[in-house]
Amino acid sequence: MTPFKLMAFLPELVILAGALALFVISLGHEQCGRARLAAFVTALATLAASLACLGQEATLFDGAYRVDLFSQLLKLAFAGGFALILLVSGGLPDIRNDVKPEYYLLLTISVSGLMMLVSSVDLITLVVALEVSAFPLYLMVPMRRERNGQRVQMESAIKYIMFGVAANGVMFFGMSYLFGLTGTTVLPEMLTRLEPVSGSPLAIAGLALTFCGLYYKLAVFPFHFWTPDVYEGASNETASLVASLPKIGAVAVLVRFVSLAAPDNRTVVLLLTLLAIGSMFYGNLIALMQKDFKRLLGFSGIAHAGYALVGFVALDQAGFAAALYYIIGYLLMVLACFVVICKVSRDGVNVAIEDLAGLHRRAPLLAVTLAVGVFALAGIPPFVGFMGKLTLLSAALAKGHLALVIIAMINAAIAVYYYLCVVREAWFRDPGALPPIRLDWPARAACLLLITGILALGVAPARVLQSLSTSVAKAQLGAPGTVLADTNPGERSAPQPVGSALAP
Amino acid sequence: MSFPGYNDSVLSLLIFGPLLAAALAMFLRSDNLLRGWTLVSTSALAVFSLPLYWRFDPSTADFQFEVNLPWIPVLKIHYALGIDGISLLLVLLTTLIMPLCVLASWRYITTRVKEFMICLLIMESAMVGVFCALDFILFFVFWEAMLIPMALLIGIWGGPRKVYAALKFFIYTMAGSVFLLVAIIAIFIKVGSFSIPEIMGHSQSFSLNFQRWIFLAFFISFAIKVPMFPFHTWLPAAHVEAPTAGSVLLASILLKMGTYGFLRFSLPMTPDATLFFTPYILWLSVAAILYGGLTALAQTDLKKLVAYSSVAHMGFATLGIFALNKAGLEGAVLVMINHGITTGALFIVVGIIYERLHTRELAQTAGMGKHMPVFATFAGVFALSSLAFPGTNSFIGEFLVLAGGFEVSRSLMIFVVPGVVLAAAYMLRMLQKIAYGGTANPDHSRVPDLGLREIVTLAPLLVFVFWIGLHPEPFTRVMHASVQNVIQQTQGRAAPAAPSVAVLPDATVFPTP
Repeated sequence: MTPFKLMAFLPELVILAGALALFVISLGHEQCGRARLAAFVTALATLAASLACLGQEATLFDGAYRVDLFSQLLKLAFAGGFALILLVSGGLPDIRNDVKPEYYLLLTISVSGLMMLVSSVDLITLVVALEVSAFPLYLMVPMRRERNGQRVQMESAIKYIMFGVAANGVMFFGMSYLFGLTGTTVLPEMLTRLEPVSGSPLAIAGLALTFCGLYYKLAVFPFHFWTPDVYEGASNETASLVASLPKIGAVAVLVRFVSLAAPDNRTVVLLLTLLAIGSMFYGNLIALMQKDFKRLLGFSGIAHAGYALVGFVALDQAGFAAALYYIIGYLLMVLACFVVICKVSRDGVNVAIEDLAGLHRRAPLLAVTLAVGVFALAGIPPFVGFMGKLTLLSAALAKGHLALVIIAMINAAIAVYYYLCVVREAWFRDPGALPPIRLDWPARAACLLLITGILALGVAPARVLQSLSTSVAKAQLGAPGTVLADTNPGERSAPQPVGSALAP
Repeated sequence: MSFPGYNDSVLSLLIFGPLLAAALAMFLRSDNLLRGWTLVSTSALAVFSLPLYWRFDPSTADFQFEVNLPWIPVLKIHYALGIDGISLLLVLLTTLIMPLCVLASWRYITTRVKEFMICLLIMESAMVGVFCALDFILFFVFWEAMLIPMALLIGIWGGPRKVYAALKFFIYTMAGSVFLLVAIIAIFIKVGSFSIPEIMGHSQSFSLNFQRWIFLAFFISFAIKVPMFPFHTWLPAAHVEAPTAGSVLLASILLKMGTYGFLRFSLPMTPDATLFFTPYILWLSVAAILYGGLTALAQTDLKKLVAYSSVAHMGFATLGIFALNKAGLEGAVLVMINHGITTGALFIVVGIIYERLHTRELAQTAGMGKHMPVFATFAGVFALSSLAFPGTNSFIGEFLVLAGGFEVSRSLMIFVVPGVVLAAAYMLRMLQKIAYGGTANPDHSRVPDLGLREIVTLAPLLVFVFWIGLHPEPFTRVMHASVQNVIQQTQGRAAPAAPSVAVLPDATVFPTP
């Protein structure tokens, strides 16, 4: 056993200490302000710790826990996202006063679960981390304040937990197959043992079922049913969390799992392709009809999960790195939309698209944030959404998936319409009698940070892409040479398929 | 005019200068200060861009003033800039027309001046970027980034149906460019580079089939931008609703990007496919000329009239490009420049009318010229230029295009001639109404004639109308080598079998219906 390295585990320790502190605070009465402060300090401390531990590499807990560039980069993303979400959610206007400290506690625990998730390389640890990240969310959804005619949060919470448990059940079932086939729960070992039998129906069934739990987190069609309802039913702040961080976690774990199917598993590729196509079309087409902004984001989230899957279809390092880059960008883009929702919403009620009318007069900064976020989601350069799509499509096309790429682009064109409808309300309409919106400093900071992030990741993505790419290469679970050889940062690794695909 | 490093930095400065000016504009408070600042900064950039012309070496078709820095090494994307004889003229057109746009919006834009000026400056940056980019992704970034400020220009400061027009413009253009992106990635996977000169060099290795698909993807994107018949439907809506400066930018610069795309990408990168599709595109061009002319003839709204005349003029440009001979291509580039000058001026003229009468109905404007002699003179010259009157700029361009076209196919050109006559018909109809009207003109006696600002706005355009019209050599001189190069790249491969399309008999090139 390797000696325990404190530095390697520092970010998790910091956030767990923060959670403990929040637990103590939540025991008292009327501690909202203190809890908020404690959560924010925890977030900043975690961010600092993640930054400090970026270069760490270690294997902890008898090989169940691996700290590498891959996990550390994602922990940094989680910590950053955590801080942003705290900035976005402000004073939690729509959470019952008596449970606000608990809300912060659950939020912190959920993020800590995600941080452990990306380091888990053992099925058991992974499941535990996954549940630690998921269960607080199930509780946070119904914490929304009850008011006249608003009890939808209960229904949403039930839907969320029922679908979640069902998806988990399916995932466990799949994992049992994988365990049965390989006799181990340690992922790197599983990879080597699975390889000889990776074409067998049992292995494919095991993998496909295991993916289901992650599809659920990522809201991939047809595991998406909870998405719009939970977005609508949960308070704006909770929805911003549900919509962002768990998706990064899901993509990260998917990277670990899909490499079990690498380098070349036709069935898995076909499955991923179909799910990607289904998600994109379903999400984009239904989003066209939405009136509620959160529901719209929910359906667009389904479509974006589909885009992320396009990267997985490539089944190589470039594709995985692209998917991670995209989903990290998605975090910023969707938070940019949610900060607008949280601030436009009066007293925490849901925001219809019409409520955005004249935002450019009511709050210019919010309008700019919204425009940047929405145009980025639509994939317009120079924002991160465009660079993300470019990397995804390049990766998929390099492997000859021309039809999928064209379908993805058609979907991007469809999506432009409903994103433009949002911009139309915010920029081209008169506010009428709607009052101006005053922004407090956390909201301003969140807006500026998000705009900068979306622009910077879009204009200067070189370093992020580079580190994601190397981290994915290293995260291939100590894979045998075949995987790495196949996924060498290949220039034009497959010029032939494209040519032949183009030939009718 | 000699400062160190001009050649290395000029293009980057022309791209980032406007962004810098926009960033500074954010801190300005007073509207007049903002107008002044934008005018000064765009004028400074215009002056700064002028030495490009003298320092440009017209004897070579190579890209000049090149910059090449790695931007995103993982994806092999470079920050690569450079211009040849074709883009030189378009860059200069862009930088020179910007101050005029600011002047034309001086009184027209009264609300949200700061945002308007920032949008204009961002537009300038993106437009110059499109013409300078030598990396496909960089090109695409500028190409797409332009949509946002343009849609805002139309959607916020536009006319009554501005929202509809802005959305239509955005969605139409965006829908076209998604295929462009797929084509770019497909080429990258073949060639392993996004570098435009490098891809041009590789075009010989593309199979005909591959070329055809790429050509079609390019075509959808560029044809929407030009816009070619039948992809033009967004144009009248966008032109009519846009504010004056928006219309001018749209007509003078944005439409050129489509034809520039054909010249820069379609022809050199997919030469075989170009030869394959040429006949169809030539017929589409003729359709655009006739359709644009006939529709313009039926308009009663001045802006719509000018907008449809744009469709016809751009038909000449695509006709010249796909004539694939020297006269045709040089004519096409001249038509692009001329259309930028003349139609830009006509939109400013319409804007001046609208500022005074708050209507653009032809019937309401009847007889304005009687009380506004200076205005009538300007309007008259620009209208004559638009119908390609000899001695004005458009005559040279359209004459060259027609000459190039006749080399290709006489049967085709028979259909173009009515288009030329139509241009005279709709422009003279407009001019007659504005300048003289009839016996029952509305009372315009209290409408003031042009002020100094408006004269300053229109005068430079007037100079260019006659300069190009009477002495086009300085303008054609810089593009000879580049145009020759495009022809070579397009026809070089077909050379052994058929030395030039131009000398082929009609029957082989045109599957006559």
